[in-house]
Amino acid sequence: MARERERTPVVDGWFTDDADAPDGFRLLGTRCRSCGSVFFPRQDSHCRNPACGATALEEVPLSPRGRVWSCTDVRYRPPAPYASDPGRPWEPYTLVAVELAAERMVVLGQAAPGVGVADLPVGAEVEVVPGVLAEDEERVWTTWHWRPVEGGAR
Amino acid sequence: MTGDVAVLGAGMHPWGKWGRSFTEYGVVAARAALADAGLEWPAVQLVVGADTVRGGYPGYVAGATFAQALGWQGARVTSVYAACASGAQAINAARAQLLAGMADVALVVGADAAPKGFFAPAGGDRPDDPDWLRFRILGAVNPAYFGLYARRRMALYGDTTEDFAQVKVKNAAAGSLNPNARYRKRVTAQEVAASAVVADPLRLLDICATSDGAAALVLSTLDFARRHGSSSPVRISAVSTVTPTYPKTVLDLPDFATDSAVAVEPPAVGFRASIAAAAYEEAGIGPEDLDLAEVYDLSTALELEWYEDLGLCAGGEGAKLLRGGATALGGRIPVNVSGGLASFGEAVPAQAIAQVCELVGQLRGRAGERQVPGARVGITANQGLFGHGSSVVVIR
Repeated sequence: MARERERTPVVDGWFTDDADAPDGFRLLGTRCRSCGSVFFPRQDSHCRNPACGATALEEVPLSPRGRVWSCTDVRYRPPAPYASDPGRPWEPYTLVAVELAAERMVVLGQAAPGVGVADLPVGAEVEVVPGVLAEDEERVWTTWHWRPVEGGAR
Repeated sequence: MTGDVAVLGAGMHPWGKWGRSFTEYGVVAARAALADAGLEWPAVQLVVGADTVRGGYPGYVAGATFAQALGWQGARVTSVYAACASGAQAINAARAQLLAGMADVALVVGADAAPKGFFAPAGGDRPDDPDWLRFRILGAVNPAYFGLYARRRMALYGDTTEDFAQVKVKNAAAGSLNPNARYRKRVTAQEVAASAVVADPLRLLDICATSDGAAALVLSTLDFARRHGSSSPVRISAVSTVTPTYPKTVLDLPDFATDSAVAVEPPAVGFRASIAAAAYEEAGIGPEDLDLAEVYDLSTALELEWYEDLGLCAGGEGAKLLRGGATALGGRIPVNVSGGLASFGEAVPAQAIAQVCELVGQLRGRAGERQVPGARVGITANQGLFGHGSSVVVIR
């Protein structure tokens, strides 16, 4: 019988556990309790706004939807530590930079499998979804993906 | 305004993939710069090395590595690292010590030996290092960021892949005239269009290679230059090494995200433009005073951004400036007459120094077939990973 492989986030604390998130899957950032600046990747020790510098930050889920700032694809195998099996042919994937209106920031991520640059014109609406980055014998490495919102604004 | 320093000598080791150590290339460039200056190595009072992360420990202490290789002679030493901006940092470290009276004459050297293929992060398991993480989580190689910027330009300004290809055509034509360039063949737009897509919309010939190479400068105080018989030397009148201003709203290597502008309005001038603005201010000049510029064309599309950030044209009009021929040899403001990274490939710590070497040759009127007639003022522009500005103004 095949052993159940452990689902492991590729990085700790950057996104919700897709199994039990009440508001659905989200990226996790932090927000300064003093000035309201938002940080992704999370900034826990102090606020990087030079006019603030406070040390109290709270975890916040980022907006689940945003608009394509730009995108590209990765046609050749990246070097380690990107996990890929050199014995298998390389399958290009898409990278997308997404503008989040509420946070006034741009966040990068991989697009969901099968989503190409033609599906992601600048300004198109996308949503964050749980994804799998890589699998090995012990683990399924989880990550975040962006995909076009069905019927979303283009 | 800061004081000027003199450039007494410039020297390079040709770019390529030579399979030898960065130290060897650096020594060749250093000796060429010393010969050009008419100075013997023991006369140098300060040696500044631009570090490489690809040469093991000697790469992290490049100044001492070059000093030892040239033969210990007791000079002061400084080694600096700022990714692609390392060369400008090295020039600035030498300049500051010359202007402070700590030395009269300095040797600045940068050299690299690059592996084949994409640059990779330093080894080991390092989940606190954003450069390691962007490879681990996203597989975001450098050309992926260049692809993002290029597509954004296409959407915002109507740039086309044909425009990008024409940057390569222009730079390859100039590089074909440069004996230090790695690629010395002219390239056609059809050849660019026929090359493989690496990071859509960019193709192999839109993206700079990684190279071996070395560049060196002999710098001195203006007093020393006079005593040495150089009454009107080429001078460095500004070195910009600024960092971004919060919130930085452009996604740079190796970022996962921009800063959030939710609490603080973004600065009126973006990071790249602020690099040039600081250089202009320090030199007391503006873009209208320039005769030529050397900019960091990591990709063809990125060269067009630099036109705008240097103020050679308005925002979004880089492709228009290119199409009119203004930035080609013979144009109003030639850019990358060395051939640029398109013809050199990047030898990281040497590249910003090589940009200055080109300006020095031009301002001396010794650039041969690449000569910009009557050139008296030039600027370099570059940006290092993790927020390093780099721009040098050279005047005669």
